[in-house]
Amino acid sequence: MSAARRPILPVILALGLAVALAFLVSDYRLFQLTMVLAYAIAILGLDMLIGYTGQISLGHGAFYAVGAYTAAILMANFDVPYWATLPIAALICAGFGFAFGFPALRLGGLYLALATFALAIAVPQLLKYKAFEAWTGGVQGIVISKPDPPFGLKLSQDQWLYLFTLMVTVVLFLLARNLLRGRIGLAMRAVRDHALAAEAMGVDIALLKTRTFALSAMYTGIAGALGAIAVQFVAPDSFSVLVSITLFVGLVVGGITSLAGAVFGAIFIVFLPNIAENISKAAPGAIYGVILIAFLYLLPMGFAGLRRRVARPGATAQPPAQALTPSPGTPSPGKSAAEIRIKSG
Amino acid sequence: MQALLHQIFSGIATGGIYASVALALVMIYQATHHVNFAQGEMATFSTYIALTLIEAGLPYWIAFVITVAISFVIGVVIERVLMRPMTEAPVLSSVGVFIGLLLIFNSVTGWIFTYTVKAFPSPFPETSRFLGGWASPHEAGATAVTLIVLALVYVFFRFTKLGLAMRAAAFNPVSSRLVGIHVGWMLALGWGLAAAIGAIAGMMVAPIVFLDPGMMSGILLYAFAGALLGGIDNALGAVIGGFAVGVIENLAGAYLVGAELKLTLALIIILAVLILKPAGLFGRAIVSRV
Repeated sequence: MSAARRPILPVILALGLAVALAFLVSDYRLFQLTMVLAYAIAILGLDMLIGYTGQISLGHGAFYAVGAYTAAILMANFDVPYWATLPIAALICAGFGFAFGFPALRLGGLYLALATFALAIAVPQLLKYKAFEAWTGGVQGIVISKPDPPFGLKLSQDQWLYLFTLMVTVVLFLLARNLLRGRIGLAMRAVRDHALAAEAMGVDIALLKTRTFALSAMYTGIAGALGAIAVQFVAPDSFSVLVSITLFVGLVVGGITSLAGAVFGAIFIVFLPNIAENISKAAPGAIYGVILIAFLYLLPMGFAGLRRRVARPGATAQPPAQALTPSPGTPSPGKSAAEIRIKSG
Repeated sequence: MQALLHQIFSGIATGGIYASVALALVMIYQATHHVNFAQGEMATFSTYIALTLIEAGLPYWIAFVITVAISFVIGVVIERVLMRPMTEAPVLSSVGVFIGLLLIFNSVTGWIFTYTVKAFPSPFPETSRFLGGWASPHEAGATAVTLIVLALVYVFFRFTKLGLAMRAAAFNPVSSRLVGIHVGWMLALGWGLAAAIGAIAGMMVAPIVFLDPGMMSGILLYAFAGALLGGIDNALGAVIGGFAVGVIENLAGAYLVGAELKLTLALIIILAVLILKPAGLFGRAIVSRV
């Protein structure tokens, strides 16, 4: 990985800018930036599964919804402080992810996409279900209040929530970076590029995939909790299949297997609808669709790939094909173990 | 007993719709090993075209035929323009393109035809229920139309030269090319047929569930469930699976879980099939050699 050699300066500058923004822009913009951070975490979670491990999920909106509802229910019904809802949401979503991933990940590529897509479509119905209404508030949803800054800090609620989310994001990104660069990240990529070779080298594929699914659901769940606290409201219809699709679009547009790509993707999915809605109510969807297809053809590694290409004009763009599992119909050409080591190392 | 039979009959009627969409999915899967996530949205778009034609004053069945023809062309064009370059691409890219198509069709439908829910006419007479009161004329008619379509598709694949060529192209593209079959055009033809079948399913279901841009998203899910239940590489299996899912859905909706959890039921069927018998009831278990 070239990440080790990459200068740390741009990251520090970006962080400095992110902190400075808290004092420079309006509260509404800060709310949007908070959503950017939450989506960045969710997309990072999705990336671990799709980008690094090669398992396509179209249903991560479900875990986002579970995280959001966990936070909302705990805050509204049990008076749990907002910060304490995050670890609980993380645990619950990891549990759900493990339980769903265990059967689902025995299925290869397309079937997994299908099963998760079904999950995404079924979510709003489950949230509206009468038996859970005492907790979920049924169709009405739950309203929660924005947290006040602690220790008597002289910050507005939006400023504080933004800075809090920024801290959580930084911690989660650091953890993800270390994990993905380490032994486990290597095993994930090995499973993606050549499952058989990975197994031969001692990777327990089923266990690794299920754990990755749980981890990925956990990140998305934390993002959902942060998103719910920022929006101050959860309702079944805000967790339609579009949430899952939006995350997927953000991942592809931002660029798979890239931490920075997750942030780019999040910026894209937060700010594009604002611009597009000026044209028509239906425009965001159509523009999402067109841009998604355009990226898959022209810039398959997303914004992050573009940045890499600009930074090192001589280097050939990394083809995404090596990064992803071949379709079930076409047997993958045999790759030697040495080849795999070069690709992931 | 009467109520139970009625539930079963209307289950068969909706099952017919699922069977058509499942058949459309299987046709594309057989040829390309892709599952078209945009199938439902494409069918909804076609149904709106039919409604526009009918409102313009055309008789129902002429509008029906024109719509099927337009949908066929749309399917062929999509294959030629969008899917062609993706033949060798990894799964993520093709899933991405399907999702993109879904978004585009959904928004364009809403954009052109607005999001208001509309009624769609049924071609069958509005008489009282017959078949002993078990099925409405539309349910019976829709089932008949579905069965005719299925029979036509069967005859086409089994007894025509073009059908044989399409099956060959799906089964073994390389050898088919060697004997002079235009494999690329066979795929496009498959897409066209799938879009046309989807359009028929859309027109048959619209009088029951009413027409809005999100009409087919649930139906697509049931069709997935049906296709998987019957075996996604088996056309007849998918049809039987579609009917079965329709009946299961209706019975469970009436007696077990209630109408609120019907979609969850589809999810459970999908998961159960994938875990217990991934090849489906009639599918071949795929042994992949490495």
